[in-house]
Amino acid sequence: MSAQTADQVSTIFAGSYINKLSGEQIEHECRRKLDAGCRELTLDFSQTELVNSIGISILLGVIDVAEKNGAKVVFSEMNEDTVELFEMLGLTKHVTIQ
Amino acid sequence: MNEPDNKLIHAFGALAELGHEITNRNNFQETIRTSLHLLSGALGIRRGAIARYSRFAHELNMLAVRALGDEFPLTLGLTTEDERQFLAVGLNPIEVAQARVLPFFQVYDASFENKRLELLVPLVVREEIVGAIFLGEKATGETYTSYDKDIVCAMGQHIGVAIAQRNLMAEIERRSEENRQLFDEMRSTYHDTVKAFATAIDCKDKYTEGHSVRVGKFTEIIATELGWGPDETEGAAVAGYLHDVGKLTVERKIINAPYRINAKESAELNKHPAVGYEILQPIHHPYTDVPLAAKYHHERLDGRGYPDGLYDREIPYIAKIVNLADSFDAMTTDRPYKSRRPAIDVVEDLHRNSGRQFAPEIVTAFLSGMFKELNGDDRGRRFRRLLGRDYMEAEGLAEKIKFTLNELAPTTPMTYVAAAGIGDQPIL
Repeated sequence: MSAQTADQVSTIFAGSYINKLSGEQIEHECRRKLDAGCRELTLDFSQTELVNSIGISILLGVIDVAEKNGAKVVFSEMNEDTVELFEMLGLTKHVTIQ
Repeated sequence: MNEPDNKLIHAFGALAELGHEITNRNNFQETIRTSLHLLSGALGIRRGAIARYSRFAHELNMLAVRALGDEFPLTLGLTTEDERQFLAVGLNPIEVAQARVLPFFQVYDASFENKRLELLVPLVVREEIVGAIFLGEKATGETYTSYDKDIVCAMGQHIGVAIAQRNLMAEIERRSEENRQLFDEMRSTYHDTVKAFATAIDCKDKYTEGHSVRVGKFTEIIATELGWGPDETEGAAVAGYLHDVGKLTVERKIINAPYRINAKESAELNKHPAVGYEILQPIHHPYTDVPLAAKYHHERLDGRGYPDGLYDREIPYIAKIVNLADSFDAMTTDRPYKSRRPAIDVVEDLHRNSGRQFAPEIVTAFLSGMFKELNGDDRGRRFRRLLGRDYMEAEGLAEKIKFTLNELAPTTPMTYVAAAGIGDQPIL
C-alpha cells in the first residue's frame, strides 16, 4: 500500500489482497488523511485482485468515516470481479467510481 | 455466475474464515472484533455490535461496536421478560419492528432508531443466553432477505459458541481461584493446628519451653540451606514442630525430672518416637515424611540410636535433619540438670559427631546458615532470634564455624551399614 496527496485530494494505492492486515493499513492511512483535512479520498484498486469479507467491512468503515468528515470517496481502477463484488454488497452506492 | 451464487460463495468464504478465527486461540476481544468484521463484510452491513450477556448482572455488555458512534450505549440492562423472550426466540434474528415489544428495547429505542438498527439476534447456546448481535442497514439499502438471515444465524452460532467457550473458561478460572483460596485457608489451618500441637507438647515440659517450635525453625533453616523448595521446606518445619508429639503420653514427672532419670524412666521416655509415629501416621499430612521424622529422630548414623538402631541409609533423611535440630536445641538450652553449652563447644560437638550421629552434609548446611548470619551474608537474624544475640556473638564463633566447614567440606562422609560380619564399622 502507498499514498500520495495534493490539494486536499489523497490517493491511496491498495495492494493485491485486501484482508484484515492490509485493510487496517488502508483504514489507518485514510483516517490519517481525513484528520489532516483531506476532502477527497481516492482508493486505487489497480493492483487489487482479491478482497475478503474483513476487507469489505473495513472499506465500509472508511466510507462511514469519510461521510462523517464530509469527504468524498472515489474508488478507481477496479477489475471486473472487484466491481461485481462491491456492487453486490452495495459499496458502489456510496462512492464515486472512476 | 449469477448474483445469488456469488453471494453464496462470498458468504461461505466469510463463514470459513469465521470458523478459523474462532478455533484459533487468539485474544478473545480481537476474535469478536474480527467476527463482527466478517459478519458485516459477508452481507455488506454498515454498522453493528456484538454484546456478551452477564447472567449475574442481567446486562448485555458490548464487546465490539462498528460505526454506531460514541453515544451508543455500551451496557444494556435486560428484564426477566427480555430474557424469557430471548430464550423463546432462540438464535433467530428479530426485526426491529418486532423487537420494540421487548421491555429493554423500549428503554433504548431512541438510540437504536437513531443508529438505524434493523436486526437483533439473541445468541442462545445450550438454552442459555450468552449475548446478542445488533445489525444496522445494509450498504445496498435493501432489507434483509431470508437468505441473509440464514447467513446471520449460521455466523451467529459460531460467535455464540465462542462467547460460551470464553464464559466456560472464565468460570473454570474463577473456580480454580476459589479452590486455590480454599487450599490456602486449609493449609493455614493445618499449620496453625501443627503450631498449637507444638505448643501443647512444649507446655508439658516446663524446662524446655519452646523446644518443638525451635526444632521446627532449625529444621526449616536446614531445609532452606539444603536448597529444598518451599513446599518441602514447609514439610520439614512441620516434621520439626511435631517430632516430640509422642511425649504427650509420657508422664509429666519423667519429662520434668530435675535429675538424670533412671533406666526404667528412660525406657518409658524412649517410647515417645514410636508413640509419636502412631499418633501421626493415621493423619493425612500433605508432607509424607512427618510420621517417619517423629519415629526416627533419635536414630544415629552409627546404629546406636533408638528405637530401631537403624544405620545411615536406613534412616529417613528428614529424620536426620530433625535429629540435628533436636540435638542442637538440647545443647543450646538450659536443662534441669545442666546449663546450656557455649556455642563453640556445640560447634565442636557437631563436628566431632559428624558421620557418627549426624549426616555431614546436614551439619554443613546448618553451620553454613549460621556462618552466613554471622558474617552478614544473611540478614534474616534467624539464629539470633532463636539463640539470643550474646550467645551468637561469642568470641571466635565465626572462625570456629569457618574452620569446621573447611574440615567438613572436602571429605567423603563415612557410611555405616548394617550387614552380617560388618557390624557397625564405618565403610570408608
